[in-house]
Amino acid sequence: MTTTLIPTTARTASPKRRVKRERQGPAWVFLSPWVLGAIVLTLLPMAVSLYLSFTDYDLFNPPRWVGLRNYVQMFTEDPRYWRSVTTTLTYVVIAVPLQLALALVVALALKSMKRGKAFYRSAFYAPSLLGASMSIALVWRAVFNDGGTVDNLFGTGGWVNQPGWALLAVALLTVWQFGAPMVIFLAGLQQIPAELYEAAAVDGAGKWRQFLSVTVPMLSPVLFFNLVLQTIQAFQVFTPAFAIGAGKGGPADSTLVYTLYLYDRGFVASHMGYASAMAWVLLLVIGAVTAVLFRTSRSWVFYASEGDR
Amino acid sequence: MTATAVTRKPVRWGRVALHVGCLAALLVMLYPLAWLLATSLKPADEVIASLDLLPRHLEWSNYSTALDGVNDVSIWRLLSNSLLIAGGAVLGNVISCSLAAYAFARLRFRFRGPLFAFMIATIMLPHHAVLIPQYIIFNQLGLVNTYWPLILPKFLATEAFFVFLIVQFMRGLPRELEEAARIDGCGPFRSFFSIVLPLTRPALITTAIFTFIWTWNDFFTQLIYLFDPDKFTLTLALRQFVDASSSSAFGPMFAMSVIALLPIVLFFLAFQRFLVEGMASSGLKG
Repeated sequence: MTTTLIPTTARTASPKRRVKRERQGPAWVFLSPWVLGAIVLTLLPMAVSLYLSFTDYDLFNPPRWVGLRNYVQMFTEDPRYWRSVTTTLTYVVIAVPLQLALALVVALALKSMKRGKAFYRSAFYAPSLLGASMSIALVWRAVFNDGGTVDNLFGTGGWVNQPGWALLAVALLTVWQFGAPMVIFLAGLQQIPAELYEAAAVDGAGKWRQFLSVTVPMLSPVLFFNLVLQTIQAFQVFTPAFAIGAGKGGPADSTLVYTLYLYDRGFVASHMGYASAMAWVLLLVIGAVTAVLFRTSRSWVFYASEGDR
Repeated sequence: MTATAVTRKPVRWGRVALHVGCLAALLVMLYPLAWLLATSLKPADEVIASLDLLPRHLEWSNYSTALDGVNDVSIWRLLSNSLLIAGGAVLGNVISCSLAAYAFARLRFRFRGPLFAFMIATIMLPHHAVLIPQYIIFNQLGLVNTYWPLILPKFLATEAFFVFLIVQFMRGLPRELEEAARIDGCGPFRSFFSIVLPLTRPALITTAIFTFIWTWNDFFTQLIYLFDPDKFTLTLALRQFVDASSSSAFGPMFAMSVIALLPIVLFFLAFQRFLVEGMASSGLKG
């Protein structure tokens, strides 16, 4: 979705350029807050955190250069770091596909609905707004605790206290918020021209065939957008893990997601250098995952409008 | 009634099943909210002893306990702190993002293409990559434990998602009005304030509502920047309950949770169209 935007902003032919140069002033006035923010709050901090990742820094004493020490420690000497990596990956792999599958199924169900569509759409969307709050995270902790609803229904005991299950409770809170991708799916489904389905029906395609040959390819850009967005967000999960893991990623570090450990190292233990190194690894991993998704997208994402925009 | 039923197609069971399925799903979805509301009204002994969703006896005193707040900070203080931060963020985002969006959507300047690409890239940038140095900068400025680190970045258009949202909206506006105005000698500033901004209202409202809700729900940033119980927001006050193991405080705790959710629910009910459409369009355009 982003790559298609860039060509439209490409500069136009050069003859008029001198005229434009005179008129650039106002543009920079409009842009000035953004430029200031981009430099002072994005680019500069990125550079600084890269530098800090090679230092030992506790906020009070000046940073001390330690070379690759933080990275070496992270990768070879810190089992909790690896614990946070595997916890986060497990969480992403469980939560994102479940959430998107549910979003797609509900969007398909609502698509052909004549009455009540707007109502269901809003109602299913509501948890996406509420779910990020501390209030709901506390509800989750209580519902999945010993003696909570899940314990009473299934007799499994509280998931929150079982290392094997606590992370699933966190993931289910994310799945609960399937409304945002669902709304995007639904909008995508409604943009598929009806003629395509009619033509397919004329050619003798049944419902299932129509789904595979019309819906899936036409919806693939939207699916791709949702996949990238939700994956990036899932890597940064914090609040529900904080609440469900009682602020420490418990029990037995089973909900110690990456950002929670980063918070613990940087802001609780005051190892800002170490936390900066963690932040850079996170940045690189998210960048790499996004790049891989973009690369694979060439083989499965179908862009109908080549050139007409 | 029966006569028309005969001439109509037979009951479409597929459609009925669809509605039944959707309603069932909705019940499961809304259960946590119902649980929250019910628990906020339960007396302490019922919270653990009773498995019923509905309280047998309504314990309104949970709410009066919640109104007392935590750590001797009243809930009104917490509420106004939350409102101040969310309000500041809304103001900042609406002003700075619409200014930047206008430049990207309508004005010409050098490096517009690369800068736009950079702006889009920052949407995907994980917040944590810049968090620590930002914290250090604000710490050096002596602004930790104030609201500035929470509000100031919004006035510098750091939430690129909204710049993008407004750019997309502005690109969809007809250019004729602005061109006519330019012929009449109207410069870009006047054109922005008198023509483009009023037409962009729906996108600005979407920006404002999302900013409000996201800031209201935000926990991480508030957690690292605010220490004084006096400066706490509702979210941070609720945080105090996270480590509490006893369920005796359940009633008041969830009463406070309800109060903390209330503004979001009200915003949602009032502006659901903007929210749903805003979310829908974010994935399609481009």
